Amino acid sequence: MATDIKIVEAPEGFEGSGFFATSFDKVVGLARSHSLWPLPFATSCCGIEFMSTMASRYDLARFGSERPSFSPRQADMLLVAGTIAKKMAPVLKQVYLQMAEPRWVIAIGACASSGGVFDTYSVLQGIDRVIPVDVYVPGCPPRPEQILEGIMQVRELTHNESLRRRNGAEYQALLASYNIQ
Amino acid sequence: MLSNQTVAEEIVKKFGDDVYDFEEPFGLLTLTTTREQIIPMLEYLKNHSDFKISFLTDITGVHFPDTIPDREYAVVYHLHSFIHNFRVRIKVFLAEADLHIPSVTNVYASANWMERETFDFFGIIFDGHPNLVRILNMDEMDYFPMRREYPLEDPTREDKIDALFGR
Amino acid sequence: MTEANIAKSTSGNLVKDEPVQYVNELTTLNLGPTHPATHGIFQNVLTMDGEKIIAGEQTVGYIHRAFEKIAERRPFYQITTLTDRMNYCSSPINNMGWHMTVEKLLGVEVPKRAQYIRVIMMELARIADHIVCNGILGVDTGAFTGFLYIYEYREKIYEIYEEMCGARLTTNMGRVGGMERDLSKEAIRKINEFLTTFPPILKEFERLFNRNRIFMDRTIGVGGISAERAMSYGFTGPNLRAAGVDYDVRVMNPYSSYEDFEFDIPVGQHGDTYDRFMVRNEEIWQSLRIIEQALKNLPEGPYFADAPEYYLPPKQEVYRSMEALIYHFKIVMGEIDAPVGEVYHAVEGGNGELGFYLISDGGRTPYRLHFRRPCFIYYQAYPEMCVGSTISDAIVTMSSLNVIAGELDA
Repeated sequence: MATDIKIVEAPEGFEGSGFFATSFDKVVGLARSHSLWPLPFATSCCGIEFMSTMASRYDLARFGSERPSFSPRQADMLLVAGTIAKKMAPVLKQVYLQMAEPRWVIAIGACASSGGVFDTYSVLQGIDRVIPVDVYVPGCPPRPEQILEGIMQVRELTHNESLRRRNGAEYQALLASYNIQ
Repeated sequence: MLSNQTVAEEIVKKFGDDVYDFEEPFGLLTLTTTREQIIPMLEYLKNHSDFKISFLTDITGVHFPDTIPDREYAVVYHLHSFIHNFRVRIKVFLAEADLHIPSVTNVYASANWMERETFDFFGIIFDGHPNLVRILNMDEMDYFPMRREYPLEDPTREDKIDALFGR
Repeated sequence: MTEANIAKSTSGNLVKDEPVQYVNELTTLNLGPTHPATHGIFQNVLTMDGEKIIAGEQTVGYIHRAFEKIAERRPFYQITTLTDRMNYCSSPINNMGWHMTVEKLLGVEVPKRAQYIRVIMMELARIADHIVCNGILGVDTGAFTGFLYIYEYREKIYEIYEEMCGARLTTNMGRVGGMERDLSKEAIRKINEFLTTFPPILKEFERLFNRNRIFMDRTIGVGGISAERAMSYGFTGPNLRAAGVDYDVRVMNPYSSYEDFEFDIPVGQHGDTYDRFMVRNEEIWQSLRIIEQALKNLPEGPYFADAPEYYLPPKQEVYRSMEALIYHFKIVMGEIDAPVGEVYHAVEGGNGELGFYLISDGGRTPYRLHFRRPCFIYYQAYPEMCVGSTISDAIVTMSSLNVIAGELDA
């Protein structure tokens, strides 16, 4: 039914006959938040749950993430699902560097967030030691609903993010703290 | 069905004093040999006209730091005969000062990575291995993590240090 | 092609130019560690002549989590959680394999009912594992539809797991000495529903692939391995059976009452990708057969062994009786010592013989625990299997081998 189609609501603004005026921030945020291309960086168990999230029942495509972008250059959000070993850390950082701004990162699962149960010599104790993270999703592994909730959180961030945030001193300082230029 | 007794007797007949410590924990024939005899023994069992123990299930290492001197490390081979459904476990004990054992990659192709893994974890050197480098850990690692004196935990983590609960 | 040649060939007058000299150049292609088609993090450094693979070398260990080291520091029941995360596509098999290893060491006899419930859960796990492998193989050959059809039934299996243990993927199912809870009415209903609704979909899935021209062209004769080489490389499970060796731990060394059930062991002929696909599909049918029989003949009786020192008492009991509370405390704190011993126990995992080699020195933790991970052992053969083929065939070969990174890297 055509009436079932839900169209995104217009942001706040001034409307008159034949025109609609709002701030640029809001329009860009609106567009971004509804077409976030994920880059699945799936390493282990959480990756299988991410597969469930993409498959028929949970259907990530509903939220504008129809196309998992396997190339970092066209991706908006990096989904790190699974344990990152120390051997893998430089690879993860490389992938993050290849992504274009603006970029968001979700750490899916306990391992990506903090190392989880693997407090061992070979596992990186949380990916925030090598790259900045926007949203942490707890669980070992998190259920697909939780992963979706994490993606909703990122949508919220993208929706409200100021266009100038990525040029700001605070953001530059954050990147500098990770040795990213 | 092969019995442990038959196989053990045949092996003793062939290798004499080089095999010892026969055991049967949970019905699995276990014996110990010297490193000089390991390749001849695997070949003998593989090509034996009756036994045909021709499948290498597993190779692994074990570290016994507080044991009799010169038996600190053990390399354990599990073999399987599909025809008789017979399993055997062969152990070779090595001294800490001389961690060398011949590689069995020429007998079984699957030994390649299993030996690399054992090297990676314990530092046991398999002589004649085509590519004996670390497999699971980073190349830069300067110790052998499965040796019992090394800690499990990641040394860079500070948030778990707690006076009451510890790590 | 050298630069001079390129310059010449683009310089305009094509007729007078010398014919372009193609220099035979080898390229190195880095496939992985985060390639979307590798299903996990493996790096393959391939030497290519155009589209053809000349040589390959794998690098593994990108997700090494030190399971064996952790296992030396944890009491027995806490190791179950580690086994979950090994082959995460079929965790219950790993869980039960570990429980059975410990039971063998302790000499605990598990009641028949618990054994049957275990069989049901393990076969469901096998189906789930094969669904992932075959569904993804379809995706890699360009057919997404099959994946969407069949993956929905993996969700149904998850629902049954949830009924049994509350978790979907990392199940931590069962206990040393039996199951944590009995099959509930709802669980039986869900299993029955699965048994009736899944076969038509599986048939549909087979109709999409089995005689599909494109699929057959992509998989027949691709990534083949002979039975002899497969055995030398330590292949087990569906991959070995596809090469024509009928080795299955469930039949050779029956555990958990597998000898009570009637089922066939499918074998292939050529050990190629198509055979592996077909063997896995047939195994799903056989697993369904086993579940049906187990459910029909499910014996009455307790679902856990009478071994209070090792079996975590039911929660209701812990709140009511002093004895249960003491045992609960002792088990949870890992204060219970195991006997001295040396055990090797193998189960038929989703992709081969999953072995547990346990040495106990009588303490609260294993002295040494080694996992025989089937993936780790057979993945060595990969370069041999894909040398001489094209890159797209190599991807399909890898997909059909069902290499699970978590299991491979321990």
